[in-house]
Amino acid sequence: MTAALMSALPALPALPASVGFETTVPGAAFAPVPVAYSAVAPMLIVVGTALVGVLVEAFAPRAVRHTVQVGLALAGLVAAFLVLVLVSVDDQAVTAGGSIVIDGPALFMQGTLLLFGVLGVLTMSERFGGRSADAFTPMGAATPGSPAEAAADRAGFATSEAFPLTMFAMFGMLMFVASNDLITMFVALEILSLPLYVLTGLARRRRLLSQEASLKYFLLGAFSSAFFLFGAALLYGYAGSSDLGAIAQAISASNGDLEGLLLPGVVLTLVGLLFKVGAVPFHSWTPDAYQGAPTPVTGFMAAATKLAAFGALLRLAYVGVEGSRLEWRLGVATVAVLTMVVGAVLSVTQTDVKRLLAYSSVAHAGFILVGVLAYDRTGVSGVMFYLVAYGLATIAAFAIVSLVRSGGSEATHLSQWAGLGRRHPVVAGIFALLLLAFAGIPLTSGFTAKFAAFAPAVAHGGLAGVVMVVVGVLASAVTAFVYFRIIVLMYFTEPTGDDVAALTPSVASTVAITVGVIATVVLGIVPGPVLDLAGRVSQFLQ
Amino acid sequence: MNASALLAAEAEVAAATGITAYAWLLIGLPLLGAGILLLGGKATNAWGHYLATALSWASFVLGLLITLSMIGRGAEERAMSVGGWNWVPAGQFQLETGLLVDQLSVSFVLLITFVGSLIHVYSIGYMEHDPDRRRFFAYLNLFVAAMLLLVLADSYLLLFVGWEGVGLASYLLIGFWNHNPAYATAANKAFFVNRVGDVGMSIAIMFMFATFGSVDFATVNAGAAEAGSTAMTVLGLLLLVGACAKSAQFPLQSWLGDAMAGPTPVSALIHAATMVTAGVYLIVRSNAVFDAAPNAQLAVAIVGAITLLYGAIVGCAKDDIKKALAASTMSQIGYMMLAAGLGPVGYAFAIFHLITHGFFKAGMFLGAGSVMHGMNDQVDMRRFGGLSGAMKITWATFALGWLAILGVPPFSGFWSKDKIIEAAFIGEGWRPWVLGGIALLGAGITAFYMSRLFFMTFHGKKRWTDDVHPHESPLTMTIPMMVLAVGSGLLGLVLSWGGMFTSWLEPVTGGHGEEHPVLPVPVLIGLTMLLVAAGAAYAWMLYWRDEVPQVAPRGSLATQAARADLYQDAINEGLFMRPGTHLTRALVFTDGKGVDGLVGSLAATVGGLSSRLRRIQTGYARSYALTMLTGVVAVLGALWVMN
Repeated sequence: MTAALMSALPALPALPASVGFETTVPGAAFAPVPVAYSAVAPMLIVVGTALVGVLVEAFAPRAVRHTVQVGLALAGLVAAFLVLVLVSVDDQAVTAGGSIVIDGPALFMQGTLLLFGVLGVLTMSERFGGRSADAFTPMGAATPGSPAEAAADRAGFATSEAFPLTMFAMFGMLMFVASNDLITMFVALEILSLPLYVLTGLARRRRLLSQEASLKYFLLGAFSSAFFLFGAALLYGYAGSSDLGAIAQAISASNGDLEGLLLPGVVLTLVGLLFKVGAVPFHSWTPDAYQGAPTPVTGFMAAATKLAAFGALLRLAYVGVEGSRLEWRLGVATVAVLTMVVGAVLSVTQTDVKRLLAYSSVAHAGFILVGVLAYDRTGVSGVMFYLVAYGLATIAAFAIVSLVRSGGSEATHLSQWAGLGRRHPVVAGIFALLLLAFAGIPLTSGFTAKFAAFAPAVAHGGLAGVVMVVVGVLASAVTAFVYFRIIVLMYFTEPTGDDVAALTPSVASTVAITVGVIATVVLGIVPGPVLDLAGRVSQFLQ
Repeated sequence: MNASALLAAEAEVAAATGITAYAWLLIGLPLLGAGILLLGGKATNAWGHYLATALSWASFVLGLLITLSMIGRGAEERAMSVGGWNWVPAGQFQLETGLLVDQLSVSFVLLITFVGSLIHVYSIGYMEHDPDRRRFFAYLNLFVAAMLLLVLADSYLLLFVGWEGVGLASYLLIGFWNHNPAYATAANKAFFVNRVGDVGMSIAIMFMFATFGSVDFATVNAGAAEAGSTAMTVLGLLLLVGACAKSAQFPLQSWLGDAMAGPTPVSALIHAATMVTAGVYLIVRSNAVFDAAPNAQLAVAIVGAITLLYGAIVGCAKDDIKKALAASTMSQIGYMMLAAGLGPVGYAFAIFHLITHGFFKAGMFLGAGSVMHGMNDQVDMRRFGGLSGAMKITWATFALGWLAILGVPPFSGFWSKDKIIEAAFIGEGWRPWVLGGIALLGAGITAFYMSRLFFMTFHGKKRWTDDVHPHESPLTMTIPMMVLAVGSGLLGLVLSWGGMFTSWLEPVTGGHGEEHPVLPVPVLIGLTMLLVAAGAAYAWMLYWRDEVPQVAPRGSLATQAARADLYQDAINEGLFMRPGTHLTRALVFTDGKGVDGLVGSLAATVGGLSSRLRRIQTGYARSYALTMLTGVVAVLGALWVMN
């Protein structure tokens, strides 16, 4: 498995280090390990689709490339989902030499990721009647504003490789939530991150901003990967294995020799993951990357990356280093509190709707961390439910953002949204509903999600849990203020200029938005079935 | 009936049978109306308002049938529970919700549906020419549904859903004429102040979870006595924050006056009769919590006492008829809060006054709407005067409401408000003298400002602007006013006949022994009447006998303060808004600039890493990375030190 990955992405800088680790598994270097193919089939389908997508990019005629790529990506995702639901659920196992585990939480999150993937691809495929996907630049490598770029546009070039890139990222995410050792987790982290760095830099408009965001995201991502890797090395030194189960055993055996390596190892690996979820103080990339990336990519990133990172975080925290949690818990709890407070407070002064949603996503990461720290099965299911609810609403919200235009480009400045409710009642109404969900108003998914994440923290989190929940409630009050201000702006404020208009979305975007809206309402009123499901599959396989 | 038997009875509420099993339809019918009108679009323009009105009446009829069947049962079997919907099945927190139909909730159901339906009828006439009439009726129906959910909920969480629902509906209705920026701002203010209350409520609910493991009334009430008075004091104060915001009580009263920007029927229904009294409902419903926390109870009484004076003083200076009525509402709810803060001796009177107030205040608001209807939507009482001749029905119905709020026997207010004054005089030490004294004084001021309002509007010289031609309103408007006026006149007498209403509520509010005020009751009644007569007479001198200036005179410092709502906005701004803005600005500053500054000072320390980062030259990325590094070092260092 890992070998296949290495050949697929030879550019990974850190992989040589892993060779040393591999040798610890007896005979693993050459003897083939048994792989439960039916369990990992969804991942194989997705990566296969991505590879075929690369070929399509090379050989399909330009005229049909967009359609073929979108169709291929959707087919791959749907096929993977069907295989997951019909086959993989019956074949839960630790496989691929202990590096991949397909268990309840992994399946639940993989299924959700595939759903996010479908919605993400649908929103990315939006053309607004043009020849290529509206969000992506015709030529990513050209200097912004250069003649080459203009020529590429005239010639009808398109960055349809965005779709295979999305599929690669999706593959990394699927693996991330199912990885059972630190090396696999790291490889998955890189596989999911690299395509996202590229996608971030592909925005059609405001190219410089987009490229800057991409570079920043890449640099900081690399930085955080280094932390993760360093932490993994320390944990390997501590436990003599990178396997999560083995680390857990070493912690419980606790022979005292290398005790000093444990805490820094745990903290540094957690930092790598906390970076991906956008927790303070590792959040700085979030507003820039969210603002610069093409809006549908932002939506996909906000929903899917967050879910994948929390999936890995849950597994690391509940399976790997659970035994030492009393030592590091308070640190993460502090991060959670900071995340909620900073995310909420900074969102107050934002004037750009994408940056605002970015800070809101930071605050949400804090709310979810509260659930993670509950240390109970109900906490796991609460977190998973939260991620589903938040992700679906987020993809729809960014899809709405991409509809509101002023002179061809997105009207992301908040003042441009003034009076939108009067001219585009449906668009503004949907956005208002999604904002209410973000604010956690009862009868929307946001309320049930917050409840599902906070209740376990109160029940099992002790004093720290209660404190976090109180901070969480206060922080949601602050964010609610922000969201209501937008609603007020859309409905009760005079429009500033009259060139702001909402475009009519294609069927694909409409489907994505509709799914998000329906989920937001249904998960608010009858969350029972999904919560039930999340509760039933919340047990990690050790 | 002692307290523990009472709790046992509450814990074993029987499942509903017969007509009571359909109690969910009480909420369902108006909700259906709102749905049809909102989703039906223009197709429902022609008949939508009739449908909304009919559904509201249907809800009233159902409520009446449920009440009759309840009266038919013995006092022990009256409370019933409906449904049991497993809303959020999160682990062991099975969030079950259902409806609780008991004496307290049906009293509210009848008030809400009856007054609500009358106001639907009134609105048919009042909103006749509004292009958005359908939307207005949809919101009205939505409000009725949410309010019914609030009072029928069997848990704090479902109550909170209704609580948010009425907030939303009130927001939509205050800002209904959102083409006017001032109105939109008012809607805004109402919402933000209510968010403060919502935070209190949310934390209270979380607190209940932590303490009792459940948020339904039965569990909380049963556990309150054993949970310890500190915990219950915290819980009680949190609930009080919620109640203060919703009921416009000090110090969260600022929004009510501005909320008068909404259409007048809305002011009558939401900001006089029903929604603003939800706070009183909450306190009375949580009586077990407050009985276990004497300090929180005292806080309720003090808040009530302050607000009743505050509202009364502000009411004396307002020239806008609706704002004067709003100040009066605030003051009257202060009376109810005061009563609710007195414990078992006051709960029933709080609700009793709430019901009678619902009638006479809604009647007066509708009267004010009728006056505005006839006076080109003017609201300045200095340009009214002498309208008793032009609008006879409005004058007569308003007069009944005026007599009721003054507490003149035998009109409604006498039976409810005077009982609160008497109850406030019960107790030991300083409390009866201070609280009772304030209640008594409030009665005198009330008489002054309500008489001022009444005389300035209907009597004295005509001070009309040239372009108005006052005329009586159509029947759809006057009939609801007449019905409410009958209520203002007689309801108090009927309900207090033989202590009927208070003994009806006793299973919910708890019984209390016979207690006597520190002054004899006849003396108290005499004193009250004296003060009321003095207040009314003084108003007569100033605003009927003497000429009323058409432009408000500058007035004394006190008048100016009262006119400016005792500077509530300035205080709010200074205390809450500015620090908030500064905090966010400071944080933004740290994020944008401070972190950068940190790069410079830490550069030497971090040495090699910092210089490498600087070479990357990507604007702010280096500072981001440094933030991360600092975070890691801080977390790791702190954990190391602690372990």
